[in-house]
Amino acid sequence: MNINFTLISQALAFSVFIWFTVKFVWPPLLRAIEERQKTIADGLAAGERGRHELELASQRSSEVLKEAKQRASEIILQAEKRAAEIVEDAKRAAKEEGNRLVAGAKADIAHEMFSAKEALRQHAAQLAVAGAAKILRREVDAKAHADILSAIEEDLK
Amino acid sequence: MASGTELTPTSYIDHHLTYLTTKVSEGSFWVLHVDTLITSLILGVISFGFIWLVVRKATPGVPSKSQAFVELAVEFIDNEVKNTFHGNRHALVAPLALTVFVWVLMMNVMDILPIDIMAWVTENVFGMHNWKIVPTTDVNTTFAMALSIWFLMIFFNLRVKGVGGWMHELFCTPFGKNPLLWILNLLFNFIEYVSKPLSHSLRLFGNIYAGEIIFLLLGMWAATGVSGTIFGSILGAGWAIFHILIVTLQAFIFMMLTVVYISMAHESH
Repeated sequence: MNINFTLISQALAFSVFIWFTVKFVWPPLLRAIEERQKTIADGLAAGERGRHELELASQRSSEVLKEAKQRASEIILQAEKRAAEIVEDAKRAAKEEGNRLVAGAKADIAHEMFSAKEALRQHAAQLAVAGAAKILRREVDAKAHADILSAIEEDLK
Repeated sequence: MASGTELTPTSYIDHHLTYLTTKVSEGSFWVLHVDTLITSLILGVISFGFIWLVVRKATPGVPSKSQAFVELAVEFIDNEVKNTFHGNRHALVAPLALTVFVWVLMMNVMDILPIDIMAWVTENVFGMHNWKIVPTTDVNTTFAMALSIWFLMIFFNLRVKGVGGWMHELFCTPFGKNPLLWILNLLFNFIEYVSKPLSHSLRLFGNIYAGEIIFLLLGMWAATGVSGTIFGSILGAGWAIFHILIVTLQAFIFMMLTVVYISMAHESH
């Protein structure tokens, strides 16, 4: 155990190794490590952000879905109401039309009956006149007694 | 151990504790332990070269296996430094801690390599008769590191607190500002500043040196006969496994003390 020149040479070697590490080894490695740490931190932050956004999106989507369901049920309700209305309208229109048709038919029938009665009366009057003429053959002149005949006709109406 | 002369326990241990020296100049100080210097340089170049090669291609994306390994070590050390040192650790302290940890660990690990096989390799492959392969069993290495860190400590004391601030700290802490206590404070701080590099370097040196001595003793036992070989091998293996813990722990302690000393220089009382 003797101190000698080796001490100085080893101190020099040590200094050179320190200088080398400080200058060439530490900085690039530290840079790489720090850059990677930053990348990882950014990645984690991005992941966290993504997760948060996913949460928000799913929340929003469920809201939209709920709203859409509500809207859909409203629409269905309206449609049902409208359909009921249309059916109701159609029923009413059909009834009216039916009534109108029935009324028309009734009027027609009445008219027909009236004209039939008219024709019948005419015939009956003529028949009566013909019968009377046959009976009265001579005395009755159609022209002279036209007023009587028409009076009879009037009565028959 | 092929030294030709008769092999005794003393010569065996002596041989393994002899440095390959060269004289730089006249005087007992100007001697260089070539084995310590070359081994530590090779280990430093290999480990920092490997780290540098990995770091040069470092990508912030998915790291390769070697990059992940280097990052594991770096982040471990960076974490330790972050807990102790409050300041811009990336400027010097953290890379310094990495240097200390990696280099000391590599030098310590040499202790686990079978000592006689390594001696055979250095002698017969490289032709070096004496070659100590564990640089941290040379007190010059640990002392060189501890002193370098000590000078850094002084430097940061002066830079962070200024001459006045540091003097104030030397005279007024830890006992108080009272002028009567100045001498006591100074004495206390003096002892602290002397003991720091001593304990710092001798702790590492002592642990690794003692570990090596135990390997040598086990190796000696193995030379005494069949039962000695068996028990020496078993105990040697056990000690080597235990030593994995010790060398790592000592490297870690050396690094932590480095960080703590420099942090203390940055923080005023």
